[in-house]
Amino acid sequence: MSDIAARNAALRQPWRSLRRQREGAAFGIWIFLGSEVMFFGCALLTFAVYRSLWPDAFAAAARETNITYGTVNTALLLTSSLTMAAAAEGAAAGLRRLTLCCLAATVAFGIGFLVVKGFEYQEDITKHLVPGAGFRLEAPQAQIFFAFYWLLTGVHAVHLSTGIGIATVLGIQAWRGSRMLASPAFEALGLYWHFVDLVWVFLYPLLYLGGRS
Amino acid sequence: MSGITAERAIPGAPPREPSYLTAKTGLASWLLTTDHKRIALLYMAAITVFFFVGGAGAVAIRIELFTPQADLLSADAYNRAFTFHGVIMVWFFLIPSIPNILGNFLLPLMIGAKDLAFPRLNLASWYIFMAAGGLAVYTLLSGGVDTGWTFYTPLTTAFSNGNVLAAAAAVFVSGFSTIATAVNFIATVHLQRAPGLTWFRLPLFVWAIYATSIVMVLATPVLAMVLALIFAERAFGIPIFDPLRGGDPILFQHLFWFYSHPAVYIMVLPSFGVISELVTCYARRRVFGYNFMVYAILWISLVGFLVWGHHMFVSGQSLFASLAFSLLSFIVAVPSAIKVFNWTATLYRGQIVFDAPMIYALGFIGLFTIGGLTGLFLASVPVDIHVTDTYFVVAHFHYIMVGGAVSALYGGLAFWWPKITGRLYPEGWARFAAIMMFFGFGFTFFPMFIMGYLGMPRRYHVYPEEFQVWHVLASAGAVILAFAYLLPMGFFAWSLIWGRRAPANPWGATGLEWQTSSPPPEENFHTPPVVEQGPYNYHPEHAGPPALEREQHQPQGRQP
Ligand SMILES: [Cu+2]
Repeated sequence: MSDIAARNAALRQPWRSLRRQREGAAFGIWIFLGSEVMFFGCALLTFAVYRSLWPDAFAAAARETNITYGTVNTALLLTSSLTMAAAAEGAAAGLRRLTLCCLAATVAFGIGFLVVKGFEYQEDITKHLVPGAGFRLEAPQAQIFFAFYWLLTGVHAVHLSTGIGIATVLGIQAWRGSRMLASPAFEALGLYWHFVDLVWVFLYPLLYLGGRS
Repeated sequence: MSGITAERAIPGAPPREPSYLTAKTGLASWLLTTDHKRIALLYMAAITVFFFVGGAGAVAIRIELFTPQADLLSADAYNRAFTFHGVIMVWFFLIPSIPNILGNFLLPLMIGAKDLAFPRLNLASWYIFMAAGGLAVYTLLSGGVDTGWTFYTPLTTAFSNGNVLAAAAAVFVSGFSTIATAVNFIATVHLQRAPGLTWFRLPLFVWAIYATSIVMVLATPVLAMVLALIFAERAFGIPIFDPLRGGDPILFQHLFWFYSHPAVYIMVLPSFGVISELVTCYARRRVFGYNFMVYAILWISLVGFLVWGHHMFVSGQSLFASLAFSLLSFIVAVPSAIKVFNWTATLYRGQIVFDAPMIYALGFIGLFTIGGLTGLFLASVPVDIHVTDTYFVVAHFHYIMVGGAVSALYGGLAFWWPKITGRLYPEGWARFAAIMMFFGFGFTFFPMFIMGYLGMPRRYHVYPEEFQVWHVLASAGAVILAFAYLLPMGFFAWSLIWGRRAPANPWGATGLEWQTSSPPPEENFHTPPVVEQGPYNYHPEHAGPPALEREQHQPQGRQP
């Protein structure tokens, strides 16, 4: 298929040009990410309030998290951002092999993160770090820390799974040829992926490094 | 209005070209459409249903309050009735009503675009909204919620017997729809404006929807997270607001009102946009102080984020915090006042026509002014402490949301009905309905100011006999109000079949949406419009004799 035909196939209503459409996709995602910032910001602010109210209980609770799993996951996710960026750039430049390989690597790193997270959750459960009766720590406020631990990592994992799902679909579509590399979806996915990564960059120090200095 | 020329179908005349209504047929062409105009109608259908569902709650409340004793509802059932009324009306009627019906239909038309920036996202947003609505109806069928629409902890998390989880899920899911629509609107205004349509040539309705969308994008996720926290605490027992384990229920109120005060502006800013369009058209005047109107909208949406604490004067926040929030609440009233003054100044020396949309608009200005000024009563700490949780508060927010937003919705629907359906509504009936809505509203809600000031608390199904006269007045007014809501539904439906066909621009209004046929073709404009002048250019100097004939010309402003 010629280049012009490929570009026309990627152009959708109501856009007048592909450049404008690409701009629109990125713009829309940026607005949506603004919304996401407020979503996580609300939880992080609540966390910050409680952390300043109960510093000792929060420090003691943070020491119970498994820093090894946390650090490995941080490394995995940061690397996935690199491959995601390469995939998005590759798609924009029309480099099919690079795009497909990098998308596959991104998905693999993402799944790796979830697997590690699964092991970590299992260990947390056996260590009685689930808030409620039989909680491992004495101070009741430590349960609030773990309430946020479960909630924030859980919501983050849902976001990451969404990203993995979209990356898989886009990868398959690009592989089959049903989606042009010129489609703005790759850049949009990239922005979303980096945001999910960025959330983890906040969660890692708050949940794993607190109380360990 | 003069100058309406009905196009009767003339035998032998060329057939009307297909509009967006007739271009495609069949159920699938509606349920899978990505045309913003059709999606607006899908929203109209859904929101009308929710208006009835939420209205049923109001009917139950007003019947129960007819007598001081409990005769229709038990205390628990009454709690569920007003909660359901609040939840449905706030999240399934008021918040989506003007943006998703009129905004969806008009935004691309007003800026000369073919569609919203992301048409498929627009359709997805409707389906998400329907899913949320399904959850809300399930909440009702599974027993309802008894917490009030405010979901205060620890009532919601620990003590309520109602189906809090389903209600929270319904509101949570509806938030996705709100955000999707808002992102779509913002991107559309930024990227799809017609050539020559600069920011300060935008109609005020577009500005209002744009500002509303920004508030939606930034406030709704906060509500979503708060509801997720409530959900997690109630469903999984993880302590977040549990005072026994160091949690702070007041923190919940801060987060909730951080959303819910801006939500008031989500409900009323679009009305500002509608009213600006109506007042200019029916006074045949340029809007007074266009730039100030724009800045007022933006100012409201910004400062609206900083005043949430005025809902918490008696919740135990510090006096200093209360004073700061009180001051900020007075400040946020300034741009609203600017808007009221500018609408009034627009009327001055205008050639006012008292058609139904104008009557709705004037009713809006009056009711909104009362609602806004009583808001200042509530924003001053000493008065608020006296009337907290009384019917004074109930009256105040109904003046803004029902007197304001619903008047604007009905006025806007009447005004744009010819554009949406290609049919003219019966003017006499519409005027009658508009006047009836104003008086019905007054009879229903003004007594609540009085009984609230006298100490009648909200959310009780029994009350001392001395308040009965006011409650009977309110219930009787509600009958008139209900009739004023139902009547337009009747004659709008009637007009679909028997109404006269509308010309492209029946009101002689400015604005790009009136330059295309009624109803518009699928692609909105036969030729892509180019804009060369500012909005509301009524009485243009260069228009010459035809314009002079249509309306008796008077120069605007003072004569030299
Ligand atoms: Cu408020």
